[in-house]
Amino acid sequence: MDRVEKPNVAPVLAPGHSVGSITDKIASVILQKTPRWWYFGFGIAFLLFMLLQLALFVLFVKGVGVWGINIPVGWGFAIINFVWWIGIGHAGTLISAILLLLRQDWRTSINRFAEAMTIFAVACAGLFPLIHVGRPWLAYWLFPYPNTMGLWPQFRSPLMWDVFAVSTYATISLLFWYLGLIPDLATMRDRAKSKVAKIIYGVFAMGWRGSVKHWHEHEVASLLLAGLATPLVLSVHSVVSFDFSIGIIPGWHTTIFPPYFVAGAIFAGFAMVITLAVPLRKLFGMYDLITERHLDNMGKIMLATGLIVAYGYAMEAFTAWYSGNIYEWFMVYNRATGPYRWHWYALFLCNIAAVQLLWIKKVRLNPIYLWIIAMFVNVGMWLERFIIVVTSLHRDFLPSSWGYYKGTIWDWATYIGSIGLFLFLFFLFVRFVPMIAIFEVKTLLPEAKGRSGNE
Amino acid sequence: MSQIFHRSTNAFARFTIFGGIFIVASFVFLIMMIDRSLFVTRQGQSFDQPVPFSHDHHVGEIGIDCRYCHITVERASFAGIPEPEICMNCHKVLFSDAPMLEPIRRSFETGEPVEWTRVYDLPDFVYFDHSIHVAKGISCVSCHGRVDKMPMTVKATSLKMDFCLECHFDPVKNVRPRDKVFDLAWQPGKDFSEEQIRLVHELNVQSKVDCSTCHR
Repeated sequence: MDRVEKPNVAPVLAPGHSVGSITDKIASVILQKTPRWWYFGFGIAFLLFMLLQLALFVLFVKGVGVWGINIPVGWGFAIINFVWWIGIGHAGTLISAILLLLRQDWRTSINRFAEAMTIFAVACAGLFPLIHVGRPWLAYWLFPYPNTMGLWPQFRSPLMWDVFAVSTYATISLLFWYLGLIPDLATMRDRAKSKVAKIIYGVFAMGWRGSVKHWHEHEVASLLLAGLATPLVLSVHSVVSFDFSIGIIPGWHTTIFPPYFVAGAIFAGFAMVITLAVPLRKLFGMYDLITERHLDNMGKIMLATGLIVAYGYAMEAFTAWYSGNIYEWFMVYNRATGPYRWHWYALFLCNIAAVQLLWIKKVRLNPIYLWIIAMFVNVGMWLERFIIVVTSLHRDFLPSSWGYYKGTIWDWATYIGSIGLFLFLFFLFVRFVPMIAIFEVKTLLPEAKGRSGNE
Repeated sequence: MSQIFHRSTNAFARFTIFGGIFIVASFVFLIMMIDRSLFVTRQGQSFDQPVPFSHDHHVGEIGIDCRYCHITVERASFAGIPEPEICMNCHKVLFSDAPMLEPIRRSFETGEPVEWTRVYDLPDFVYFDHSIHVAKGISCVSCHGRVDKMPMTVKATSLKMDFCLECHFDPVKNVRPRDKVFDLAWQPGKDFSEEQIRLVHELNVQSKVDCSTCHR
């Protein structure tokens, strides 16, 4: 089917590029002298990463008492941050797997760094379940293995399913990302100037020579991994939502959670992709590769998933009222009027009101506006998890057990530190790894299309 | 363009990919085996004691009942390490000047306890009660082995949690009539399992496997 391009929509690849110029453009990011802003950004990220290490040191020495958690709110920042990070990862998988299978060619120039974002986000997410157990040196007990205690983990618990969902997700994402990197690492091996760089890129390129056989097997493996990763886009966050919805706490115990969480994850993920893509595009001058078309499409996906999330909020309140259950209804009432009401209003501002601006085409095509809206969504999705975890727990069935929760300085240090870890990894990634898939962008060239139809 | 890698790197790369998996798997296996090894559990080992006390002699040859020395085994969580007074009941007269028994005599005179080395030392987070086990027809043998045949007391079982749970899940084969609990040589008859099932009901054995049963 021929794509009918409207005249006012930018192409996915600006005209005038050749096979060589694409390689030059992307590889030069790595081969050039390190720009000054990189040191600046990397330095800040590194300091925040050090803050994380300090926070973890304090946590391991003193125990989880340094956090704000207590009864009745026994789950605090750790689970909020876990869900937030794992949600962010979802856009990368969606772009690399589902959009690959759907043959959306605009994905090619954003999939590499979106996948990197996924891996780093999953790494940040995986940190929190490990440190929140109180005795992190025994965290390997989460895995079922024949032990001298004669015990197995509780397979009926969604927390156990989480272990499998997240570890599978991390493994597949990492393999997929690395597989896609191999041809580009070989390009870097051939273009690198120093001997050391040649050897390092060479080792990771695993002897890629670009023969037809290599390309054929690469293509087959990519499709297989895309097939494996596709269900994960839906399953991982569904399982994460079970952590809540299997429990009987009002505000958690609803069947809408799995689809609502998945939509929220893709929503949050695209917000983070935009958060990263807009500065990268500017700093490296990648206007030809990340065009207005990409911004437009990402804005549209964010709008669509944002509307699904808004529907989720509405249904949550409607079901609470329609059920006639006083505890469910109190939960909604308490969110709107209780001590956390400002969080709730801010959530609506960030996740529903701000996103409506994306209906306007001018806003979608303007990187600055888009970036600001994405930042609103990043904050909003964090608030959403805060609302779900904290407001549901802090006032449950018995008024005598009500309480109030707020994060301590070490909660915040761990959270901000995990953002530092993410940025630290991301700065290293853009400096040493081709951040856009060179070989995939080449398939967008007119000469690539002429050869054998779609492939 | 010159080659970066020598031809041999191909073989080396293949080796490290498969070797890496193999090495990681073996490392995990090794750790699991070390955790179960006799070196860690000290199962089957005897320990240096201030007096080389022989259960083989006292129980096996002479026939002293367990409860003569371990006096609180039927009443308390702790079975009791005998005080020197109990030893001296006999050793005032028998071998009263044997150099081997010097620590006992000193303890008897000064009141300073003898510093025995514990053979069965459960972690502090485990709550274990001898009296309930004895009352429900679980013999000393089940955990301590044939003490009446040990010249030096040997740790007969690993005391790992799976050892406890094995019986807590299915106590039938370890239950015996209450009058045979201290009879270390007693063996269930051939068709005794029927009898043991009956005993589990009769003695109302409720071996629990809740975490809080032992980790209180």
